[in-house]
Amino acid sequence: MTAIDMVLLGALVLSAMATVMTARLLRAVIALAVTSVFVALLMFRLNANIAAVFELSVCAGLIPAIFITSIGLTQRLTPEALAVRRKERLRTVWYLPLIVIVAGIALSRVHIPLETAAALAPAPAGDVRSVLWALRHTDLLGQIVVLLGGVFGVAVLIMEVRHEQ
Amino acid sequence: MLSLLVLVPLAGLMLLSLPFAAPLRNRATILAPVLPLLQIILVVLHPAGFWSGSGGLDRFCDFGLKADDLSLVMLLSIGIVVFVTLLVVGQLVEGKRQRFSFTNVLVVAMIGMNGTVLLSDVFSLYVFIEVTTVSSFVLIAFNREKSALEGAFKYIMLSAVATVLMVTSVALLLLVAHGTSFSVVREALHASSSNVLVKIAMGAFVCGLLIKGGLVPFHGWVPDAYAAAPAPVSVLLAGISTKATGIYALIRLVAHVFAGSQSLNHILLFVGVVSIVVGALAALGQRDMKRMLAYSSISQVGYIVLGLGCGTPLGIVGAVFHLFNHAVFKSLLFVNSAALEQRLGTTDMNQMGGLGSRMPFTGTTSVLASLSTAGIPPLSGFWSKLIIVVALWQAGYRAYAVVAILLSVVTLAYLLLMQRRVFFGKVPQALAQASEASFGLVVASVALAGVTVGVGVLFPWLFNTFLLPIGGIL
Repeated sequence: MTAIDMVLLGALVLSAMATVMTARLLRAVIALAVTSVFVALLMFRLNANIAAVFELSVCAGLIPAIFITSIGLTQRLTPEALAVRRKERLRTVWYLPLIVIVAGIALSRVHIPLETAAALAPAPAGDVRSVLWALRHTDLLGQIVVLLGGVFGVAVLIMEVRHEQ
Repeated sequence: MLSLLVLVPLAGLMLLSLPFAAPLRNRATILAPVLPLLQIILVVLHPAGFWSGSGGLDRFCDFGLKADDLSLVMLLSIGIVVFVTLLVVGQLVEGKRQRFSFTNVLVVAMIGMNGTVLLSDVFSLYVFIEVTTVSSFVLIAFNREKSALEGAFKYIMLSAVATVLMVTSVALLLLVAHGTSFSVVREALHASSSNVLVKIAMGAFVCGLLIKGGLVPFHGWVPDAYAAAPAPVSVLLAGISTKATGIYALIRLVAHVFAGSQSLNHILLFVGVVSIVVGALAALGQRDMKRMLAYSSISQVGYIVLGLGCGTPLGIVGAVFHLFNHAVFKSLLFVNSAALEQRLGTTDMNQMGGLGSRMPFTGTTSVLASLSTAGIPPLSGFWSKLIIVVALWQAGYRAYAVVAILLSVVTLAYLLLMQRRVFFGKVPQALAQASEASFGLVVASVALAGVTVGVGVLFPWLFNTFLLPIGGIL
């Protein structure tokens, strides 16, 4: 593992922790998008180029956009409620940095053959278009239906509240 | 033509979402039951041109869907339960907008389940399992009541763990097999069965599916989700949704892809028997009807996994047959609880009594479903449990067979207790004016009871014609 990989992994862990620990939903979404960017960079480093492209476009782009749209439909917290939320959050996940440090020390003592895994990864059978439209079009159909389900979910759970109000 | 089972509901959803389709949206809840009804007709009449999978639309747009005997049983179960759920939606979900929204999400779940049972690729299987799961989250939380949101949240959290396990497993299988289709993975696993990565991958996928199926020790979300969800969602979840995403996928992978792993079979036998015991004993102590049925569901799913763990063709047949029977009798019991909730506004059994005289159709069909669940002849549940017990005995797992029989007695005990508390005895003063459930719920109950009795009576013919060929997937 090179120094770049170490830096990327460290940044990934920090942004993932920020996603879970922050009290503001919007900041959590931004931290999640940043996490996805670091995951995508690590995927590039592991020669999984197509997966990295998807991680960037879908996980760092589309999904945060859906989250932000949903958050836009909710009410903003008052400063008092936000302070309460911050305390609750801290009380719930105070142990998370400890777990991360302990897990990091434990994993640093284990040899993980990332180079071997990268070498084992099957070479893509073509460019992104052929993979998407010729090889994995069933999954693409599934993704469309998942997104449709998500949109209906937002409509049912959040927009209905607005309609009733 | 198999693609139509996924594409037609999807096209319908997209069409109804267009701005000019407003007049059609009002009729969506009337039109939607046509989809599962057509599915039932296609499975029962079995037109060869439709199921061959080579002509028509598949020539232009091949999604790699395949239907064998196991898929057909699942498609029939999905059709029956979704049809009944839509009948219940028409009776219990108030307001045109709400009914339309509910129906949309339900159809998304149906697309997910149909895709799941027709696919032959590990990654695509995972994608369509997620389609069903995402729509289930929304349906559980539909009422936006605190308990429903809590149930949905628990389901989301445990499903996220299952997702991580399954995706990790798919990644490892891809590394080993260099492909994700069932046949490629199966061949690769045979060639490198002692590989540690293979064992981790198999274990992770199976654990993920056990969470989705709600088996002990991953059952924490089941009682909360089933009890807190709106009545139609309880029918869908208990009847088919968790069975298609968890148990069907488990049967498909264990019997077809991971075939021949003795250690995996032993784990399944253990998980199955523990689920039977824990589910049945927990059901005994419940006072809420839906919670009791949820624990009963955990117990009955244990029987399915026990049959699967036998690792023999007869065990697989018993597992699949019990899965179908469970879809029918558990849906019926949840329709009965929906009927009680509609008339009494509660599912607390301590507030009920003597309702058999006030709600004769609900009472009679509930007794039939309970007897079938407990495995009383000649109802359908008896035959599937008998096959599982015989398969266990023949495979040499006699202790498991004895436990399965003994726990059937416990099942009978808690279901008879439920019947006594709800439908027998004196009617409390507060329920003196209670009347039979609405017509739609009665139709749903009678139809499901008819299937339970019909399958039981016609068992000898069904066994040779439909069930035995399922064992051929091994």
